Amino acid sequence: MESMLHITTLHYLVLGAALFLLGVIGVLTRRNVVIVLMSIELILNAVNLNLVAFSRIWGPVNGQVFAIFIITDAAAEAAVGLGILIAFFRNKETVNIDEVNLLKW
Amino acid sequence: MAPVATPFFFYLFAAIMLIGGILVITQKNAVHSALALIVLLLAQASIYLMLYAPFVAGAQIILYAGGIMVLFLFVIMLVSIERSMKERQFNSQWLVGIVAATALGGLFIAVYLKGKNIFPDHVLPVVENDNTQKVATLLYGQYMFAFEIASLLLLVAIIGAVVMAKKRI
Amino acid sequence: MGAIIQYVQSYLDPNVKVTPGAAGNLFWALVYIMLVFGGLSVAVIAMNWLERKILAHMQVRLGPMRVGPHGLLQPIADAIKLLLKEDIMPAEADGLVFWMAPLIVVLAAFTVFVVVPFGPTHAITDMNIGILFMLGVSSLSVLGIVMAGWASNSHYPLIGALRSSAQMVSYEVAMGLAVVSAILMTSLNAEGTGTLSMIGIVQAQLAQHEWFIFKFFPLGLVAFFIFAVAMVAETNRAPFDLAEAESELTAGFHTEYSGFRWSLFFLAEYSAMIAVSSIAVTLWLGGWLRPFPNLLNGTPWDQIFSLFPGVTFLFFAAICFYNTVRMPKHPLFRIQTIGLAGFGVVLGLIGLILFVPPVSVRIQDIFWFSSKVAGFMYLYIWYRGTFPRYRFDQLMQMGWKVLLPMGLGVLILTASVALLQQKIWHP
Repeated sequence: MESMLHITTLHYLVLGAALFLLGVIGVLTRRNVVIVLMSIELILNAVNLNLVAFSRIWGPVNGQVFAIFIITDAAAEAAVGLGILIAFFRNKETVNIDEVNLLKW
Repeated sequence: MAPVATPFFFYLFAAIMLIGGILVITQKNAVHSALALIVLLLAQASIYLMLYAPFVAGAQIILYAGGIMVLFLFVIMLVSIERSMKERQFNSQWLVGIVAATALGGLFIAVYLKGKNIFPDHVLPVVENDNTQKVATLLYGQYMFAFEIASLLLLVAIIGAVVMAKKRI
Repeated sequence: MGAIIQYVQSYLDPNVKVTPGAAGNLFWALVYIMLVFGGLSVAVIAMNWLERKILAHMQVRLGPMRVGPHGLLQPIADAIKLLLKEDIMPAEADGLVFWMAPLIVVLAAFTVFVVVPFGPTHAITDMNIGILFMLGVSSLSVLGIVMAGWASNSHYPLIGALRSSAQMVSYEVAMGLAVVSAILMTSLNAEGTGTLSMIGIVQAQLAQHEWFIFKFFPLGLVAFFIFAVAMVAETNRAPFDLAEAESELTAGFHTEYSGFRWSLFFLAEYSAMIAVSSIAVTLWLGGWLRPFPNLLNGTPWDQIFSLFPGVTFLFFAAICFYNTVRMPKHPLFRIQTIGLAGFGVVLGLIGLILFVPPVSVRIQDIFWFSSKVAGFMYLYIWYRGTFPRYRFDQLMQMGWKVLLPMGLGVLILTASVALLQQKIWHP
C-alpha cells in the first residue's frame, strides 16, 4: 500500500494504457460513427499522456512538443472525419457504421 | 511551490478519467458520450499540470475541450440521433473486440516488464517557470520543419472539410 | 492570540512579494477568492442598475425610478423575483444536459478570475500561463451555450445556440491573434524573454515605461481595436447580439430557461464581460499602473494621484446629496429621500476611509485597475445604446474577412518592427 502512495512513472503508464484499451474497445464494438470518432480521440489522448509522462522523467520537453503536434493532428483529423460523416449522412440518412457497405461485393 | 497531496489528486483525476472513458464507450446518447469526453479532457489537463507541463495543459483546454468538442457537439446536433438511439448499440463482433483489446493489454504488460529497467528511480524536481520558453525554443528551433508541415496539414484539413460538407461542389 | 494577529499582519504588509497561490498559502488564497467572488457579485448587481439607467438616459427617458431612490433597489427586486419564479423544464428536454448547461457557463465565467491581476501581488495566483488559461477557460462557455440550445428541444433555442457558438468561436481567433501581438511586445525588455503570466505582462509594461496600446504607434492601437471589437462579439453583446436579442429569436439559447437558471446565464454574461475587459486592461492599458507614470512623475504627482480613490467616492456622494435636494417635497417621497441621503452618507464614509494612509497605500492598484475595467463597462453600455445590430452573415463576414486579416497583418508588422528595433536601432 505504501508503494501506491508514491506516484511513479508506472502509474501514468498504466493510466495511459487503460485509456488506450478503452478507446480500442470503443472503436471495435460501437456502431455509431460519432462515438467511434470519439473513441479515436480517446486513443490519441492516451498517447499524449504517455508522451508527457516520459518527458517529465527525462528532462527535455521534446515529449511535450510532440504532444502539441498530436493535438493539432487530432483537430485536423476530427474536422475531416466529421466532414466525411456529414457527407455520408446526407446520402444514407443513418449514422450506423454497418451501413457503409456500398463497395461490398 | 512544492507539490501538495499528489497521490490524492492523481487518484482523483485518474478515477474521473477512467469513469469518463467507460461512459464514452457505453452511453447510448451521443451527447452524453461527448459530455463524458469533455470531462475526461479537462481531467487530463489537470494531470498535465501535475506533470509540470502547463503549456500542454493550456493547449489541451483551448484546442481539445474548447475546439474539437464543440465541433463534435455541432455535428451531433446536425445529425439526428433519435433514430440511432433506438437501434442496437454494440455490433455483433463485440466479443472479438474485447479479446483483441485484452491481447493488446497483454502486449503492453510484456513490453513494460521487458524494459522497466530504463526508468530512473528518483526523478529530479522540475521548475516550471520557463516551460513555455523551453517549448517555444524547441518548437521554433529543432522542430521548425514539423511546425510548418503541421500548418500545411491544417490548411489541407480546412479545405477538405469545407469541400466534403458542401452541398454542390 | 498574538500569533493570530501577527499572522494576519504578516499578510497585510505592503511589502509582501508574492500572490497567495505562489506562496502556497491556502487560507489567504481562500480569503482572496471570497473577496473576488463578492466583488464580482457586487459588480454584476451594479452593472444591472447602471445598464438600465444609462441606456434610459441615452434614450431620453428616466429608467427605473420607483423601486428605491432613483431605482437603486431595482436589481435586488429583480433578484428576488428571479429566485421566486417557477422552474420550468420543457417536456422532451434532456434533463441532465438542461441542468448542466448553466453550470458550465457560470463555472467558465468565474474560474477565469483566478489569474486576474488587481495589483502586483493582488491576484489569487499567478500562473505562468496566465493569459493562455484565461483564453482557454473562457472558450469553455461555448460548450455550455451549445448544450443549452440543444437541451431545450425547441427550434428557436437551437438556432440561437448554433449561431451564438459559431460567432463566439469565430471571434476567438481574432482575439487570439491580437493577444499574441501584445505578448510579443513583452519580450522587448532587457532580458529578452517574454512571459504569458498576467502579472508579468503588466510588469513588462512597467519596465518598458510604455503602455502597450501606445507602443509602435499605431500597431498597439490597432491590436487593441481588434481585441475591443472581438471581445464585444465574444460576449454576445450589442451590436453582435443577434443570437439573443428579444426581437430576433425570442431570446435565443436561453428562451426555455426561467427563474434561477436564467439568472445564472445573466450572471455568467456579465462576468464574462468583466473578464475580457480585464484581459484588455492588462494587456494594453497597463493593468494597475496609474496614468502618466513618465510624463507626470515625481512625488508630488504621486501624492495627487493617490488622492483619486477618495475623491471619486466623495464625488459620488456629492451627486447623491445633490439629487436628495432635488427630490420632490411630498410626504410620499420621504422614505426615498432619506434612503438616498443615507446612501450618500455611506459613499462619503467610504471616500473618507480611502483617504487614510494605511488603506490608501494598499488600495491604489486595485482602484486604477477597477476604474479602467469600469470604463470598459461604460463602453459596452454605450455600444448597446448607439449601434444597430449586425445581421448574422455580416457578423461572420466581419469576423473572418476583416478582423482575421487585420490581426495577421498587425502580428507580422509588430514582429518585424520589434526585430528591427532589437537588431538595428538598439543592437
